[in-house]
Amino acid sequence: MEIKFWNKQIEVIDRDSLRKLQLERFRKTVEMALKTTFYKKRLAEVQIKSIDDIRSLDDIKRIPFTTKNDLRDAYPYGLLSVNKENVVRLHTSSGTTGTPTVIYHTEEDIRNWTDLIARCICASGVNRGDVFQNMTTYGLFTGGLGFHYGAEKMGVLVIPASSGNTRRQLKLMKDFGTTVVHATPGYLLHIASQLGTYGIKRPELKLRKAFLGAEPYSEETRRKIEDLLEIEVYNSYGLSEMNGPGVAFECVYKNGMHLWEDSFLMEVIDPVTKEAYDDDSEGELVFTTLTRTATPLLRYRTRDLSRVYSDICPCGRTHKRIARIKGRSDDMLIINGVNVFPSQIEEVLMKNPQVGTNYLIEIDKEGVLDRVTVKTEINSKLFTGDISSLNRLEIAIKEQIRDTILVNPLIELHEPLSLPVSEGKAKRVIDNRPQI
Amino acid sequence: MAEQINIFVENKQGRLNTITEILFENDVNIRAIVIADREKFGVIKILVDKPLVAYKALTDAGLACALKKVLAIIIDDRAGGLHNLTKTFSGRGIDIIDAYGFVIKSNMKAVLCVEVKDYESAKAIVEDNGFRILADSDLYKL
Repeated sequence: MEIKFWNKQIEVIDRDSLRKLQLERFRKTVEMALKTTFYKKRLAEVQIKSIDDIRSLDDIKRIPFTTKNDLRDAYPYGLLSVNKENVVRLHTSSGTTGTPTVIYHTEEDIRNWTDLIARCICASGVNRGDVFQNMTTYGLFTGGLGFHYGAEKMGVLVIPASSGNTRRQLKLMKDFGTTVVHATPGYLLHIASQLGTYGIKRPELKLRKAFLGAEPYSEETRRKIEDLLEIEVYNSYGLSEMNGPGVAFECVYKNGMHLWEDSFLMEVIDPVTKEAYDDDSEGELVFTTLTRTATPLLRYRTRDLSRVYSDICPCGRTHKRIARIKGRSDDMLIINGVNVFPSQIEEVLMKNPQVGTNYLIEIDKEGVLDRVTVKTEINSKLFTGDISSLNRLEIAIKEQIRDTILVNPLIELHEPLSLPVSEGKAKRVIDNRPQI
Repeated sequence: MAEQINIFVENKQGRLNTITEILFENDVNIRAIVIADREKFGVIKILVDKPLVAYKALTDAGLACALKKVLAIIIDDRAGGLHNLTKTFSGRGIDIIDAYGFVIKSNMKAVLCVEVKDYESAKAIVEDNGFRILADSDLYKL
């Protein structure tokens, strides 16, 4: 098997040199973090006031974890460590209770991120001359732009198709001889099932590889897509707080995703005790950025559950690998690729006095798309008896939820006391989507 | 003045039965019933002989109810009977939310129940044009 590298020196670096590089970059990251109002205060609490207080990688254990809530509380500028005029881009994502979180990038940050994506694409064996169709959403969602620039840097022809519009996707694939696509597993499964509908025969396509990420899927689904489309599928992992995609990626051996340890310092913790594991036990991934200048993050709790493979990969890369994400240690939902917390929906409902306190969120698969149904009880005290006011209530809640979570929900009004009561451990979310 | 009860119900089996059972147990007689359907839910509107008793019993059972003032207007049960009344409505700015009718004496008298936005002005217009509006007691004794 031909093994290609984008930056061989870094990718096959020996572990001792890697640790030295990590310490050097970790210290620099702490130095940058101390320039933010958020970390200046947070680190002072644990007696870290300058770079001199960091002497080894073990010192990381003194630093408190950073959570999504911290990012929300620090919104919009609390985690910015450079002058605003040095920032060239920002990406925001939804926070747990409606306030978004923001990551800033300097020109250097974008360059490093782009480089990581190029490294990922290269690791999959893609070459100059390949045609890359990027079928993920462009915009604030990091998957679109992240891969776009990385692929351009790698030197492949990029078709910025964005997501949706299956007919056009297939036409682009056919007309321009697309060889590689980047998509969510759900969407590529849909595409695979639609070839016949649009009168396309497999030999008319030159497709040979796909990069899939942004939502969890199983090894079985990978095989299914590989068989249906006669392609190789590579797992991609990232999260908006760590730039987006480009955190970990599979090489041609497809035996776990190489986590780029020169750019992210990884810990795996027990999500309950928050103890870091010394071995390769399954737990929650925690990352510290090692090269980011505008928004350094220390010990960020991803809530993603996975495990590390420390054995040597035949490709020669020395960076450890992580297993496909098994689930979440919180209640975050991924709906059509968008991160949604039930608390965001709850907050909208509680703002409307005409509905009661009990509610239920149901998620179903409707064709290729996820469909969210929010069931809520009407408040009998404020019931006016008019159909028209019920209609207005339904529309108002629908719009408020859509504005908050960026997903269009179905609203169902229910009789008082017909849904599970809000006290105790009521199950508020019913996910009927088949596991893929 | 007549009062009707509007009840919010989910569209699922047995809901109407629950309501009629509560009314029966409280010895409430239903004069008229109409259902405004919105697929997943509906609003059941009932005209009964003891509106306050019914309202309390239904509310105690956990149902979302509202008491609504309605105009119960006597019309003739013959061709053109309803038309006589609607002629009066048209062009007078009476905003009708909902309406339903029932016959009280075949070929003689019928009642049109009208939910309106502005109850007082609609009542005045209807009465000025010689129609009789039934009070609660008249209606329930029919």
